[in-house]
Amino acid sequence: MSADAARATRRRILSATMLALTGVAAVATIIPLLLILSHLLRMGIGALDLAFFTHLPAPPGEVGGGVANAIVGSAIMVGLAALIGLPTAIGAGLFLAERDGSRLATAVRFVADVMNGIPSIVVGIFVWAWIVVAMQRFSALAGGVALAIMLLPMVARTTEEMVRLVPRELGEGGIALGLTRWRTTLGIVLPAARSGILTGVLVSLARIAGETAPLLFTALGNNFWQLRVDRPTAALPLQIFQYAISPYEDWHRQAWAGALVLIAIVLAVSIAARLLIRSPFQER
Amino acid sequence: MHARPADPIGPAPGAAPASANTPASAPANPPARAPANAPANPPASGVVGAPTAPAIEVRDFSFWYGDARALRGITMAIAERQVTALIGPSGCGKSTLLRSINRMNDLIPHQRHEGDILLRGRSIFDPQLDVVRLRRRVGMVFQKPNPFPKSIYANVAFGPRINGYRGDLDALVERSLRQAALWDEVKDRLDASALTLSGGQQQRLCIARALAVEPEVLLMDEPASALDPIATQKIEDLIYELKRDYTVVIVTHNMQQAARVSDSTAFLYMGELVEYGPTSELFTHPREERTEAYITGRFG
Repeated sequence: MSADAARATRRRILSATMLALTGVAAVATIIPLLLILSHLLRMGIGALDLAFFTHLPAPPGEVGGGVANAIVGSAIMVGLAALIGLPTAIGAGLFLAERDGSRLATAVRFVADVMNGIPSIVVGIFVWAWIVVAMQRFSALAGGVALAIMLLPMVARTTEEMVRLVPRELGEGGIALGLTRWRTTLGIVLPAARSGILTGVLVSLARIAGETAPLLFTALGNNFWQLRVDRPTAALPLQIFQYAISPYEDWHRQAWAGALVLIAIVLAVSIAARLLIRSPFQER
Repeated sequence: MHARPADPIGPAPGAAPASANTPASAPANPPARAPANAPANPPASGVVGAPTAPAIEVRDFSFWYGDARALRGITMAIAERQVTALIGPSGCGKSTLLRSINRMNDLIPHQRHEGDILLRGRSIFDPQLDVVRLRRRVGMVFQKPNPFPKSIYANVAFGPRINGYRGDLDALVERSLRQAALWDEVKDRLDASALTLSGGQQQRLCIARALAVEPEVLLMDEPASALDPIATQKIEDLIYELKRDYTVVIVTHNMQQAARVSDSTAFLYMGELVEYGPTSELFTHPREERTEAYITGRFG
């Protein structure tokens, strides 16, 4: 009897210890984010004012100025990436889910996973070699293409996963009503997976909005307004990079502020994505 | 796909499916077909398929999933405006047979068939026949209610809209919901999501959705197995009503249900049609020992 009791006690202690250890690990996981946020807030908030969002960068040595052109440039390039990448990625994801088991689907899935692992600087170099060199100039278009290449595998794979979550019976219901396969897929399966796909899209867009390396040799950066997509264009991550490696105190301050703005955008999009995930479908 | 050359199987005269096989029903084939193992027109009281030509004829039909043979030479005639039940233990092939009738099995990779299935005298595997149109003529209700995540109205209107229905859509939706005995429960909230309905209501909505495309045949794959007894009874009452206008084929695990709702019953076992006859006879005087063993609960 007492041997049993001792064993039970030991088990309880072990259980409590493991629980505590994994709990510590869980908290440790989010500590970096908290540290980054608090540090950015401390360093960056001081440089944040209206001018930061509305003005062009000030010439070196002058105090003040803003990164309005970089914010707009980032928006242009993320928009271009979405325009180029999303239709392809979502189509590919649908194919992967619907034609599961076919040789093409298996190959595409494997390649997409490999693409997900390609260092972003390599993507930048590739786009430089193929587009920048061919066009003889750095451009927002090249930056958008580089970001689209980053976007493709991420969105294709999340789309596939979300479409897989749709019960098979739902699609069969459409087929049995006399719908063609493509109408069933686009009219029933895709809408049922919509909120999940949208979430994946938002998270991926937030992710590429913060990418710096693919833009270094493609968009290059620019200290002035540039709305033409075939010209070198500023982007927020590039601006941060440029400011951070500069020797000027005020630019350092603005680099911190830019980083704060960037992370705020990413955070806001992530939270929006999290809210979206509550579709009527997944609740059941 | 594979079985294409096998299309003109069986007695040559009635076949020639690709050519002018007038849809005016009643070709000369039904009498000739009475197969050895499935006396569709027994000399006795013969409710089965008695008055008119059968709506559906299954002729020496076999089906394979890859190398696994799921159906072995099934031959049976399914009567118009009657309820025909397919019973048998799990894996006996009853769902496979049902899903062959509207060619849902086409979606499965590596499947093939031999033999033929005729809908009103015409082969459903006829290469000239559009499988999408076939499925509009042969509606289907599934085991698990599968309403689309849209409004109640949109669910019922979905098929007609896709088909370019040019009539009073509101009236069609109402009529379909009435036929499915759901109208009174949902008429005040047609714009509510279909997912707010109970399981039994969802299943009746799926029936209404299938009826809205105005099919000739309704296939039901264990339509009440996911429902509670009260909802089940509503579905059964509904099936009884539906046979006035439709030919109904129902797969069920529940033998009491088959006995209650069907006019004739087919017992399948290991992919074979063991016995097929009027429900009253099959359940009271089964001719085959395996049928008796199954309906008395000795296996399956």
